[in-house]
Amino acid sequence: MMTEMRRVTAICNGTVVDHIPAGRALQVMQMLRINVGRSSPISLVMNVPSGKVGRKDVLKIEDRELTQKELDRLALIAPHASVAIIRNYGVAEKRQIQLGEELINIARCSFSNCITQNSREPLPHKLRVVSEDPLDVRCSYCGRTQNIDELAESIL
Amino acid sequence: MSDLITMDDLSNSEIVEILDTATRLLPVAKGEIYAPLLAGKVLGNLFFENSTRTRMSFESAMKRLGGEVINLSSIGSSVSKGETLYDTMQMVQGYSDIAVIRHPNQGAAQYSADAVDIPVLNAGDGAGNHPTQTILDLFTIRQSHGTLEDLNVVLVGDLRYGRTTHSLSHALMRFGAKLTLISPKGLRMPEEIVSDLTAAGGDVSESEDMAGAISDADVIYMTRIQKERFPDEDEYIKVAGIYKMTASDLSGAKGSMIVMHPLPRVDEIDPSVDATKHAAYFDQAFNGVPTRMALLCRSLDVKVPKKVK
Repeated sequence: MMTEMRRVTAICNGTVVDHIPAGRALQVMQMLRINVGRSSPISLVMNVPSGKVGRKDVLKIEDRELTQKELDRLALIAPHASVAIIRNYGVAEKRQIQLGEELINIARCSFSNCITQNSREPLPHKLRVVSEDPLDVRCSYCGRTQNIDELAESIL
Repeated sequence: MSDLITMDDLSNSEIVEILDTATRLLPVAKGEIYAPLLAGKVLGNLFFENSTRTRMSFESAMKRLGGEVINLSSIGSSVSKGETLYDTMQMVQGYSDIAVIRHPNQGAAQYSADAVDIPVLNAGDGAGNHPTQTILDLFTIRQSHGTLEDLNVVLVGDLRYGRTTHSLSHALMRFGAKLTLISPKGLRMPEEIVSDLTAAGGDVSESEDMAGAISDADVIYMTRIQKERFPDEDEYIKVAGIYKMTASDLSGAKGSMIVMHPLPRVDEIDPSVDATKHAAYFDQAFNGVPTRMALLCRSLDVKVPKKVK
């Protein structure tokens, strides 16, 4: 942790997402939709050594407390990330990312022949979690196994 | 009220119960006796894709049981004007008690079932599932072999796009079948299906050679290489006609071995096979009627008496 402290200073208020799999922090930003239209700083640390997972990414988002619903979106690409809500430089709350059994309106099935590709169809996009480790996510309608990198691109 | 979207919706004992019911309904399916168990019920037959056997056998099943059928095909309906499946299903729900749907998009049947309260039976969704075909296939296998347990089943042809083989392989695995999957490299069974089958402890092997699998087989299930599912005609031409079974190929087969095919066939089964004792595909096509009768009754909560008369 000391190494990381030297790279990025502590934040006063906001959210720290730690233990993101190395190289995935930019996708996490994209999924959280926090990389546009912000005036407060975001600190991004990539590929830092971690005793727990070898190498990891860390994201510090100032002046924004991510909700559980927002965090659960991350389960697809960073299921084991740990999240701390920071208030006045202290950890006010720790939150766990929960994958759940079904992901509703989080990402769109990437299979080109799936019925949900018609954007006018009104029912929600649903993905079913078949296995958490290794992660196996399938469309609840067409049953296709989803490529996780492609899913990150088709976040709703 | 129950939907049938994939074979996962049915337990093994439910499958056996459906096959037993279908056996009791055989004389009704043949027109020997009239049993109006579904009188007053309306079936919405929704075919957004071509069909001969599935559509007609559902219609025959419903009518032989005294029910009525209304048909929709995408040509000449509001679907061609861009109506969503959701909206179409709302309308169908108003007009019928149960819906059968075939659709080119995968997932369309589950989507329809989620959109309405009436039961929905999947009659094929893209390259996805076709469970009512699986039920009639299982019925045909049990009729010939007297059991579904521990058979050696060889699936041949287009295992990538062929939805009948996807549903069937899942079901057979649950009854302890040994599966041999024979296809050209580009048309192999989708990886997620093979991994599901092996994860469930199934005995599955893959090969490109049909001839070597004939002598040990209890069932050889042939499929057509489906031109309409190829994005590129050149790719189709490369593999079309790769497997052609003739009567002489079957000289080393077990006497009890049956050849099945969901039909239509092109040239994968030579007409010379028709006259052999192994040919089961026309019986198989007929079996769509009693099995779909059983499924319609089940989804509409209509009890079929132990003795149908």
